[in-house]
Amino acid sequence: MSAVVTRDYSLVGAEAERSVAAGLASAKWYTPPMTRAELKDLMRRDDGPAIRDTLIWFAALIVSGGLGWYFWGSWAAIPFFVIYGVLYGSASDSRWHECGHRTAFKTQWMNDAVYQIACFMIMREPEIWRWSHTRHHTDTIIVGRDPEIITPRPPDVASLLLNIFALKNTPIFFRKLFIHASGRLTDEEATFVPESERPKVYRTARIYLSIYAVVIVACVAFRSILPAMYIGLPSLYGGWLQLYFGCTQHLGLAEDVLDHRLNSRTIYMNPIFRFLYWNMNYHVEHHLFPLIPYHALPKLHEAIKADCPTPYPSTIAAYREIIPALARQLKDPTYYVRRELPVRQSAVASRQ
Amino acid sequence: MLTVYCHKRETTLMSETWIDAGAADGVMQEDVGRFEHDGHSYALYRTEDDRYFATDGLCTHEQVELADGFVSGTIIECPMHNGRFDFTTGEAKGAPACVNLIIYPVKVGGGRILLKIA
Repeated sequence: MSAVVTRDYSLVGAEAERSVAAGLASAKWYTPPMTRAELKDLMRRDDGPAIRDTLIWFAALIVSGGLGWYFWGSWAAIPFFVIYGVLYGSASDSRWHECGHRTAFKTQWMNDAVYQIACFMIMREPEIWRWSHTRHHTDTIIVGRDPEIITPRPPDVASLLLNIFALKNTPIFFRKLFIHASGRLTDEEATFVPESERPKVYRTARIYLSIYAVVIVACVAFRSILPAMYIGLPSLYGGWLQLYFGCTQHLGLAEDVLDHRLNSRTIYMNPIFRFLYWNMNYHVEHHLFPLIPYHALPKLHEAIKADCPTPYPSTIAAYREIIPALARQLKDPTYYVRRELPVRQSAVASRQ
Repeated sequence: MLTVYCHKRETTLMSETWIDAGAADGVMQEDVGRFEHDGHSYALYRTEDDRYFATDGLCTHEQVELADGFVSGTIIECPMHNGRFDFTTGEAKGAPACVNLIIYPVKVGGGRILLKIA
């Protein structure tokens, strides 16, 4: 029986050099044909949808958090903290993402304000993740280049399961906070965070640690975990839905291909999921055209779907593919799901 | 000899040439177009009030064509990572764009965009 061969997914190992030598780093990616007028219309920014969605989000946080406080000490508090946790620890994922791209709002300070809040909620340091995500878009699922590959091949099942409640990522987050607060970066982070941005990383880490220290002091002072139920712990007990969504983006698909249609999934979701996820279920479309705001992704999907693989009808349908693929990769890390591309046609022509 | 001042950059040009970069109406209002000359890529901008500007064509972050980006007011956003520049000054306005763009003088005559390059 042959041993399972594993690749080096770090950004400073042999695969990093190999991907550069193979021309996979900062490469030219496939783009569907679109007219400039179509793109210009889709890229247009608008404050309206994001202000509406953010007000609903904050209102839902306040109401669920308030009812959780009201019923605290009884079982009736549980459903309200479940809702609060999902809004805090999972909906923050898409808010972090969209505002990080600065496309959610037309007004830039709104993007920046929601980005900072959402980053704190989901335990992602804003400067580190801005640069990490930049690399993710340059080198999507390129081994040795992409810092946001959710699990290697063969999959790290234990880590995936622990992260249902962020139990793997949270200790890593705090370890890095202490490293950054002391004025240092990890070797991997140094490959994608420019020198000029590093002081911001160190300052933010110190602010984050100060906030968590205040929460701990409040818990001790009140002899209750209630303060941490609002700040800190929701990232753990409410993070399960963002993992459920996030695993559908690329897991089980091809590595080292220069076509987002082959390494990303577009999935149809119900309106509640789409509100929580801010349309990131249109993930192929997002990677093909990162400048297009979340509220225009359904329209983009309609415009280019003839040039893309068939979307998945639901998250359940996606997991029917993902789970068997991961199981097979445990024994055969070379296995991946091959997405079928449509016969090449002019999407522009088909719309005329 | 002409000295062109750009934000944080100063380039001395020993000779100057106005190049025909295409039809003025070839770039839509509040949009960007691409122009290539001698293997060098330029981005041509037209504002909503019909002013024209030009910069280097590639983003200073990862050498992506800015002509595929998004124009809002006097800001161009890189299509790959949303790095932002003020195309009237070349100034980088937001990460991951940290290095300013080189700008070029532009004029419009006879319905054509004329670009001054060394």
